[in-house]
Amino acid sequence: MTSTQTVLTGELRAVTRPHRFMARHASWIPVFAAVGILVAMVVGAQLYFGKFLTPRLVSSILLDNSYLLILAVGMTFVILTGGIDLSVGAVMSFTGMMGASLLRQGLPSSVVAPTMLATGALIGLGVGVLVQYFDVQPFIASLAGMFLARGLGFVVSLNSIKVTDRPILWLQGTRLQAGSGWYITPTGIIALLVVLVGAGLLAYTRFGRTVYAVGGNEQSARLMGLPVARTKLLAYVVSGTCAGLAGVIFTAYTGAAYPLNGIGTELDTIAAVVIGGTLLTGGSGFVVGSMIGVFVYGMIKTIINFLGVDQSWTRITIGALLLLFVVVQRLIVARSARRR
Amino acid sequence: MNAVMKHRLFWPVVVLLALILVNTLSRPSFVSITVQDGRLYGSLIDILRNSAPLMLVALGMTLVIATRGIDLSVGAVMAVSGAVALQIIQDSGDAANPSVLAVAIGAGLLAGLACGLWNGFLIAVLGIQPIIATLVLMLAGRGIALLITRGFITTINSDPYKFMAQGYVVGLPFAFYVSLAAIAIVAVIERRTALGVLTEAVGINPEASRLAGVRARGIIWGAYAASGLLAGFAGLLYSSNIMAADANAAGLYIELDAILAVVLGGTSLAGGTFSLAGTVVGVFTIQTLKSTITFLGVPPAVTPVFMAAVVVLVVLIQSSRFRRWVGRLGGRLSVRSAQPVERTEVAS
Repeated sequence: MTSTQTVLTGELRAVTRPHRFMARHASWIPVFAAVGILVAMVVGAQLYFGKFLTPRLVSSILLDNSYLLILAVGMTFVILTGGIDLSVGAVMSFTGMMGASLLRQGLPSSVVAPTMLATGALIGLGVGVLVQYFDVQPFIASLAGMFLARGLGFVVSLNSIKVTDRPILWLQGTRLQAGSGWYITPTGIIALLVVLVGAGLLAYTRFGRTVYAVGGNEQSARLMGLPVARTKLLAYVVSGTCAGLAGVIFTAYTGAAYPLNGIGTELDTIAAVVIGGTLLTGGSGFVVGSMIGVFVYGMIKTIINFLGVDQSWTRITIGALLLLFVVVQRLIVARSARRR
Repeated sequence: MNAVMKHRLFWPVVVLLALILVNTLSRPSFVSITVQDGRLYGSLIDILRNSAPLMLVALGMTLVIATRGIDLSVGAVMAVSGAVALQIIQDSGDAANPSVLAVAIGAGLLAGLACGLWNGFLIAVLGIQPIIATLVLMLAGRGIALLITRGFITTINSDPYKFMAQGYVVGLPFAFYVSLAAIAIVAVIERRTALGVLTEAVGINPEASRLAGVRARGIIWGAYAASGLLAGFAGLLYSSNIMAADANAAGLYIELDAILAVVLGGTSLAGGTFSLAGTVVGVFTIQTLKSTITFLGVPPAVTPVFMAAVVVLVVLIQSSRFRRWVGRLGGRLSVRSAQPVERTEVAS
């Protein structure tokens, strides 16, 4: 392979450079595509509405979707290992209910918030154990987790619980202004930090590289002596912890917890991750891509709000975009398979 | 006795009978069936009647799972077909006219079939993963249904349409006959022709079966089309039961119930083998479980916890590692079962 490349003349090399770039960064192409879609949507909306892209609007997209962003980071880990986690929406709702009820009993939020994260991690661990040690399909195992969390949420209370705890509300209520309408809330900062940590974990740690290896080919990873079981388990724990954190953020966002919160959020999360270029077969994708996916999702919602048409169009558009991206991914996979 | 225990329907049937027994012990009226005006009434009859939509959906799901696929969109398809049918009836302004009803039912079924064909196209022709391909329609379907009903809950008043879910024929609910007919048709097509075997072949290895001359693409496409059509009919039954097309509530979570029913019946999610009788038992088990939960006074909202427990239990029993653990435990207790029990299962 290398010898044929060195034989190429300089002229030819110049011609094939874009191709080589494409080949080397094949897994980034879906991310670029998502960025392209995002830019196209923003430009289109700007042209259509005249005055669309304001600092306030961009800031609000991060504010409104910070919980989704956190969920998407966790989901990216699981999908990269070749699994799927349907429980995230229900876990977010349950931890929110639990946290709100603990706060109502007078516990300080410095105790409650870590408890919520730990609960999420525990449910994630349960799902992971089912998947790894009992060979249950991730779909079914996380479905059980979803049922469990959904039901437990109803056990806590059937009604909405209002949150009056100051630190929790501070997360959402504080708007750190940055001039000319730009602002960011602590929830947004937390979400961006999660993205940063997630991206760092995947790119620079042994655990992160093993996640890619397991998703690429579990058998090979095992034969290489990589700790497959521990890694897969950890991926579900990461996703569960993220769901617990999303519970904190979502409770702050709505100022209350309601057991029917987050129905269908798992689907939105998966859609955002897939739009962000992560392959559902595992082994290829980036947390940054998932972030772009969440922004695409938020932008669609905003544009549909602007258009003033029925909100049911959001789901239809997301479905259509999902389809588009899956077909694009399919073509990329088919091409790289041919190359091999 | 051993042969009976080895039968793959043994455990599903035991679970169902145990549930019925528990119900009967705690409330003897559970098994009693009363006759009024030549119609049978009772909890068991209710289970037969209410299980009809789930039965249709689960039958389709069985075929899809046999090809090693999954159909998440069935609930959304139910919403679409119900919306189409009821909107036609409402717009006609003549809810009792038989030809209007025929058109509405036909259109609802066609809508379901179209959804199934779309799923099949994505999976069999474009080669997209079943989970994600059907997720597209699961997300978009309810939106489409809302567009059809123009964002409202369409309600109608039509006695003939109501008959589908609530009527009686020769003492038994009409919906039960619908389930029976669907079971019979699917069973005859799949098990009296080679189609069932070919479906299992595709589920075990699509590529190998294609090389062996099986038209894998057509069989997979057909399975999703059948699932769509059956879900379409289930949507009509659902809308007939409440006489309304509720795009958000119709068939909500039925995909999970259906998958659970199929798994309870002993069909492996890994594809390659399926048991229609098992699915039928699984559907009745789930419906009985739901009625048990209601009877025990558990708020319906907590039902998911029970469902979670059942799912975990079922998948653990299906897991070979768990069985080995239990086998080892049993081996310590009795000498007879100390020798490893080999179960020949192609799929697991």
